[in-house]
Amino acid sequence: MAAGGGFSVGRRPPGALVLAAAVPVALVLLPLAITVAEAVGMGARAAAALLFRPLVGMLLVHTVGLIAAATLCCTLAGTGAAFLVERTDLPFRRAWAVLATAPLAIPAFISSYAWVSLSPALEGFYGALLVVTCAYAPFVYLPVAAALRGLDPALEESARALGLTPAACFRRVVLPQLRPAMMGGALLVALNTLVEFGAFALLRYRTFTTEIFAAYRAGFAGAEASLLALVLLLLCLGCLGAEAASRGHARYARLGRGARRQAQPYELGFWRLPALAVMGTLAAAAIGAPLVMILFWLTRHGAAAITPAEASPRALLDAALNSAGLGLGGAALTLLLALPLGILASRWRGGAIVLLERGAWLAQGVPGIVIALALITATVRAVPVLYQSTALLLAAYAILFLPLALVGVRAALLQAEPRLEEAGRSLGSGWAQVLRRVTLPLAAPGLGAAAALVFVSVTTELTTTLLLAPIGTETLATRIWADTSTLAFAAAAPYAAILVGLSMAASWLLARRFGIVAFAGHVGD
Amino acid sequence: MAELRIEGLARRFGRTVVLDHVDLVVPTGRLVAILGASGSGKTTLLRLIAGFDRADGGTIRIDGALVAGQGRHEKPEHRRIGYVAQEGALFPHLSVARNIAFGLKPGTGRARRVAELLEMVGLPAAYGPRPPHALSGGEQQRVALARALAPAPRLVLLDEPFSALDASLRQDTRQAVAAALAAIGATAVLVTHDQSEALSMGAAVAVLRDGRMVQTAAPATLYRHPADAEVARFVGEAVLLPGRATAGRAICALGELPLGAPAEGPVEVLIRPEQIRLVPHDAPGSVAARVAEITFFGHDALVRLALPGAPDRLVTARVFGHAVPEAGTTVGVIVDGEVSAFAPPAGPG
Repeated sequence: MAAGGGFSVGRRPPGALVLAAAVPVALVLLPLAITVAEAVGMGARAAAALLFRPLVGMLLVHTVGLIAAATLCCTLAGTGAAFLVERTDLPFRRAWAVLATAPLAIPAFISSYAWVSLSPALEGFYGALLVVTCAYAPFVYLPVAAALRGLDPALEESARALGLTPAACFRRVVLPQLRPAMMGGALLVALNTLVEFGAFALLRYRTFTTEIFAAYRAGFAGAEASLLALVLLLLCLGCLGAEAASRGHARYARLGRGARRQAQPYELGFWRLPALAVMGTLAAAAIGAPLVMILFWLTRHGAAAITPAEASPRALLDAALNSAGLGLGGAALTLLLALPLGILASRWRGGAIVLLERGAWLAQGVPGIVIALALITATVRAVPVLYQSTALLLAAYAILFLPLALVGVRAALLQAEPRLEEAGRSLGSGWAQVLRRVTLPLAAPGLGAAAALVFVSVTTELTTTLLLAPIGTETLATRIWADTSTLAFAAAAPYAAILVGLSMAASWLLARRFGIVAFAGHVGD
Repeated sequence: MAELRIEGLARRFGRTVVLDHVDLVVPTGRLVAILGASGSGKTTLLRLIAGFDRADGGTIRIDGALVAGQGRHEKPEHRRIGYVAQEGALFPHLSVARNIAFGLKPGTGRARRVAELLEMVGLPAAYGPRPPHALSGGEQQRVALARALAPAPRLVLLDEPFSALDASLRQDTRQAVAAALAAIGATAVLVTHDQSEALSMGAAVAVLRDGRMVQTAAPATLYRHPADAEVARFVGEAVLLPGRATAGRAICALGELPLGAPAEGPVEVLIRPEQIRLVPHDAPGSVAARVAEITFFGHDALVRLALPGAPDRLVTARVFGHAVPEAGTTVGVIVDGEVSAFAPPAGPG
């Protein structure tokens, strides 16, 4: 039978499809190649002189220190929350489960805006740690909660029958099995902390991303920025590789099917109130504070902020329209590029296809700022027409969110099973007809969900937008950035309100309709 | 090892009664099988004994000491009960040896104890360092038993330990487990929905139906003299014929048969298919029957017979594989041994 299900009656995929699938992969590899080439072209001596400087050492200490602290805090908060929600008799568990994932709908730079507008004392390491912990704890929460749900309750029961107290049982049986999930989540936290730009810039905490941005703005787009970008890129790819490895090897094989039965919840007893207090504090910091601060500044006159300024309705409308337009364009282009690769990967097997998939997956480890810088370098040198064009910005979005779109496209195509396509073929439809009459109708809801996910990601994206947007094009995100940078907090509030409202509404819809926890496992910026 | 005594045990989930005043005694050193269909409450019963769940009424005593009931709930880790879960539930992050040693106090002699237990359940000592997933399902179950026996429990609970194994492994694993339990004189409770497993492994079998203990008896008694028609069908193939009992004998379509237990008046007569012997149709004392259909298994076969008196009600006989009659022929039927009789079911059917 055809390996290609209903599309093809051959073992080999159509050449045109392979070619179309190779386009996004080439696009992903482009910034990687440019970054490496730039650094190599510099020569070893110049590179060493730029690398071995106190500044780079300071950036490393800043970045690595924050990552260490953030992964620790996120792992503690995420694992603790997951355990309380999944395995104890904590009151209002369903509500807490929603609140624990809700921070994913609030971009980190908006959290930063909220906290820094509350008190300038939060600038620096501790503010950065606070924002990152609030924003990224769900990356640990989600896999750990899933692992807890997947644990066979008989394991814990066997341990109890063998004489272990509940605490010892948690330490010796539950915790070791959560380790792979915790490890994967922690690496996602590390990767996201590495590529985060807006949140740290607003908190004036210097990391690789903020320094690359500063170097670029200061006009040293060449050597220094490229070299820092290469260091950052290597750190990111290292994280990505470690994450993949932790997923591949460390998962403990589940023995047998086990009885699918709800585990007996741990009774909190005396600890009920402290547990509620902890969950409440986490939710208040991660969701409450940003929302309250946005509402606070919405109700204040511009003069109440350090820099008195207000958003004009005209500017607000412009920014919203620009964000929506870029979001739609970005979603359309990304999906268009992801679709051939998704079809190829879900319908055929082979070494070349695996290679293409891996190439696309690499995009997860390429920070937005590196993509932006590489595209600027390339266009300025080769095609100046494209420099600061909308087309270039959309291409950057497509590279950045290709992995996200691919996950959605593949999930959607799984809805259209090959045997249904085969049935269509046997009933006399050609492959194009099958695609139109069978595959796409079945996959449409999933493709729509993927598009919505990319749309929201594009509208909440800051770094590449900031660097690549055509002159004079302001979006909601760049407005928040600009106003917060000048300490005009009241002026930033309406933009932040629209952005967070949009993101939360979309996340809620996606979660309700498709069970997609938006951005989960997604590495954007 | 110790005696288990359960009295009036009750458990409800919301408004559903899962266990309804269950009584059960497991004497020291005996294995009692609890036989029930899915949803009969047998797993709940086991979980109550282990202490994973709390009863709504009744008491559980081990060697006379109250462990559950009357406001008391001894924690599972203090009950000293070995528990073998449905699929073994071996800890996937620990080796076979560390799984077995899991419940042992740290100290000397652990390695020796592990080796001892591996031998007891019939596994080579070389299995110790292996990860659980490198073992077959049956081997995993043996390790699970070794792990449960390691801390010398007072009682062993087995929760459908063989149901996930394929038929070829099941028999070997059953024998290995039975031998290991017998070797230490374990008091054990085995929960199963498989009647041949219950009958072959239990010193006594307790039948649980809709949360009630319907009958507790030695396997042979249970099979030959079930408490009612439903138990009769549950523990094996059953031929049930309407009849009349009088003076220690039952009269039905297969003739006048001796009763194993006294009964009077209109009854339903239980005959096991293997009691029905096929003879030439003109043999003296036999009832003539026509062979309607045959299900052939190899070593034996089920022959469905139409009796002249009741042509629409087929009677099943179990015959050896080499003596299967031709379909459509007429044979003689003789019933061997004693039969049972119950009060007939109310209403038609």
